[in-house]
Amino acid sequence: MIANAYELIVYILTLLQVYEPLLNVFQLLGIEYVLKIIIVFVEIGVLFVFVLLTVMFLTWMERKVVAMVQSRYGPMVTGPRGLLQPVMDGIKLIGKEDIVPAKADRWVFTLAPFIVFIPALLVFIPLPFGQSLIISDLRVGLLYIIAISAISPIAILLAGWASNNKYSLMGAMRAVAQDISYTIPLALAAIAVVMFTGSLSTVDIVNAQNGTWFGVIPKWFIFLQPLGFILFLIASIAEMGRIPFDFQESESELVAGFFTEYSGMKFAMFFLAEYAHLFSVSAIIVTLFLGGWALPILPFVPAALVPLVSLGIFLVKTYAVIFFAMWLRDTVPRVRIDQLLNIGWKIMIPLALLNLLVTGFLITAGVF
Amino acid sequence: METDELIINMGPVHPSTHGVLRFRLRMDGEIIKECTPVLGYLHRGTEKLGEMKTYMQFIPYTDRLDYVSAFPNNYAFVKAVEELAGIEVPLRAEYIRVITMELNRIVNHLVSIGSLLMDLGAATMIMWGFRERENALQLFEKLCGARMTFNYIKPGGVREDIPEGFIPQLNEFLKDMEKRIEDYEQLINSNEIFMMRMKNIGVIGAEEAVNYGMTGPTLRGSGVNYDLRRYEPYSIYPDLDFKVCSRPEGDSYARYIVRIDEMKESLHILRQVVDTMPEARIVSNAKYGTAPMTGTPSAVSTYFPRIFTPPAGEIYSRIEAPKGELGFYIVSDGTTKPYRVKIRSPSFCNLTAIPKMVQGLKIPDLIAAFGTIDVVLGDVDR
Repeated sequence: MIANAYELIVYILTLLQVYEPLLNVFQLLGIEYVLKIIIVFVEIGVLFVFVLLTVMFLTWMERKVVAMVQSRYGPMVTGPRGLLQPVMDGIKLIGKEDIVPAKADRWVFTLAPFIVFIPALLVFIPLPFGQSLIISDLRVGLLYIIAISAISPIAILLAGWASNNKYSLMGAMRAVAQDISYTIPLALAAIAVVMFTGSLSTVDIVNAQNGTWFGVIPKWFIFLQPLGFILFLIASIAEMGRIPFDFQESESELVAGFFTEYSGMKFAMFFLAEYAHLFSVSAIIVTLFLGGWALPILPFVPAALVPLVSLGIFLVKTYAVIFFAMWLRDTVPRVRIDQLLNIGWKIMIPLALLNLLVTGFLITAGVF
Repeated sequence: METDELIINMGPVHPSTHGVLRFRLRMDGEIIKECTPVLGYLHRGTEKLGEMKTYMQFIPYTDRLDYVSAFPNNYAFVKAVEELAGIEVPLRAEYIRVITMELNRIVNHLVSIGSLLMDLGAATMIMWGFRERENALQLFEKLCGARMTFNYIKPGGVREDIPEGFIPQLNEFLKDMEKRIEDYEQLINSNEIFMMRMKNIGVIGAEEAVNYGMTGPTLRGSGVNYDLRRYEPYSIYPDLDFKVCSRPEGDSYARYIVRIDEMKESLHILRQVVDTMPEARIVSNAKYGTAPMTGTPSAVSTYFPRIFTPPAGEIYSRIEAPKGELGFYIVSDGTTKPYRVKIRSPSFCNLTAIPKMVQGLKIPDLIAAFGTIDVVLGDVDR
């Protein structure tokens, strides 16, 4: 059984009959750890390229979905059906002047986009994209994900503070208040899932959902945890900072929120991080509640193809969640900041606690 | 903990101040303690220009007041001139004027609701609104060649008769629009978040609203059932059957609903006008000169003299524009140019109520309330 992407690469290299000779060369030099490092770098590289391509695709997809809802075409000129639009955007943004406002805190101002961008990529490390397609199956995978996601509010506050702009600061304050009040129901809803699996490892969580009841209903946690799923979904849309909870920007109120003063590539990093976030959070929803890469058809797939097929299943589910988020954005207005905090503290957290209590009782009573 | 007041300049360049309005906000955290609109960024001296131009020359300038709905502007000025000089208008011309004005009311409310929703973060409505607006603009283009600034309504009538194929296209628009308004209602009216944002926000009572001089849908949202089309009828409105829409609540939601209802009433009016339109193709007062119109054998085009001298005197004439009461006060000294033109624009008077409406609320509420006031800066600053 191949446990993660590292072993998968080794397995593929072995099949191609290059692993043994390579290993021999490195062993001869006494530095076989260098080979390990190279393989790790390769898989990290593949992951990051994959994520960045996905993010670019998502910016295109968002425009197309918005255009569909609003009876427009969206980008059509650059490339087939505008597919190259994200590339053109990237070229444009690189060509822009990189402005640091005169009264800004230069260091913090420059640092903030990186602190937003890097955790957005790091979140993907314990995410199972498919059977054995995982960088590292951390034993505290879920905790890691929640912890890494919690870094971005700090960076947002840094960005807002360093810009020395009133709109930026207000946007940052709002974003932090929002992130804090929605991380709690998010974590509480996730804990209910962990109570079933008894493990924080994402692989264990997916494996627990692999299978069916009565041969038809897939064993996804959405069926065991409907309330938990809804809470997690709402909280994660708030985490992503999308309409109806897009207070980090609140475009029509605070100009552009905390990144009002950013331009060029620094702006692009916030932008990319936002879409990386959209992808990762959707992937987490799929992993926790929608069975991850598991689907009852998998046992009928030839073993060699399972990683590929499961990757496909995982992506289809993730894109379904992403589509839902985009669809939501086009349909509803933004709530007000105090209403948002009210919903978070007065409705979602009590409901999440209640959900935990009921789940605990049912598990103890042996219903599940 | 000691807190400090924060002064925020919202505008003149801001995504949701619709042009170049500037709000000076004294904030206590997220709470607005004081809101002062700062006007004048779009001041073009239109009233002074009125004294410099002849009566006919000034009509295009009225297009640029409330550029979202220019036909009523044209009409309000022309109506004042007609009343001043006692010019008769053929019935068919009045029908065409009402068609243009009611179409323009629909266009105006589409833009208003669309930009309100966009400011609230739901960008779909403005695209939908502009989709339907485009059909109306194509009708305008067919009618007079222009899409936004028409210069179509002239003293004594309109510039030319409606072209071939206009009425069928209008009927199609009316049929289409009915379904579209249902779509809007389904998308927005009972949306939980929309109601959370709009209900009990920017409340202004009936008495206060009257005291501030608010008019139009903004006033009718406060429960004052006041519409000049009904209470000081002009043109062919006395013969038409329509309802004056009002809501008692006085909050942003009420003002929004009034606009949706008014669009439906406008459709109703348009249907009646199309059905009862007089056949005689005379669209301008023949007193000043006539010429056979090329192409259509039965039609006679009349022209109005470019230089035209009304008797000395003064007149205040007002109509119910989509945004409220639009009045022109003209003083004539018996020369070719007015001695004074004063414009009473609905946007300006409605805007004065904003500081009262939003005191103690938050910035997002200011945007919601401001969106339902429906202000066009060309109309405010003149």
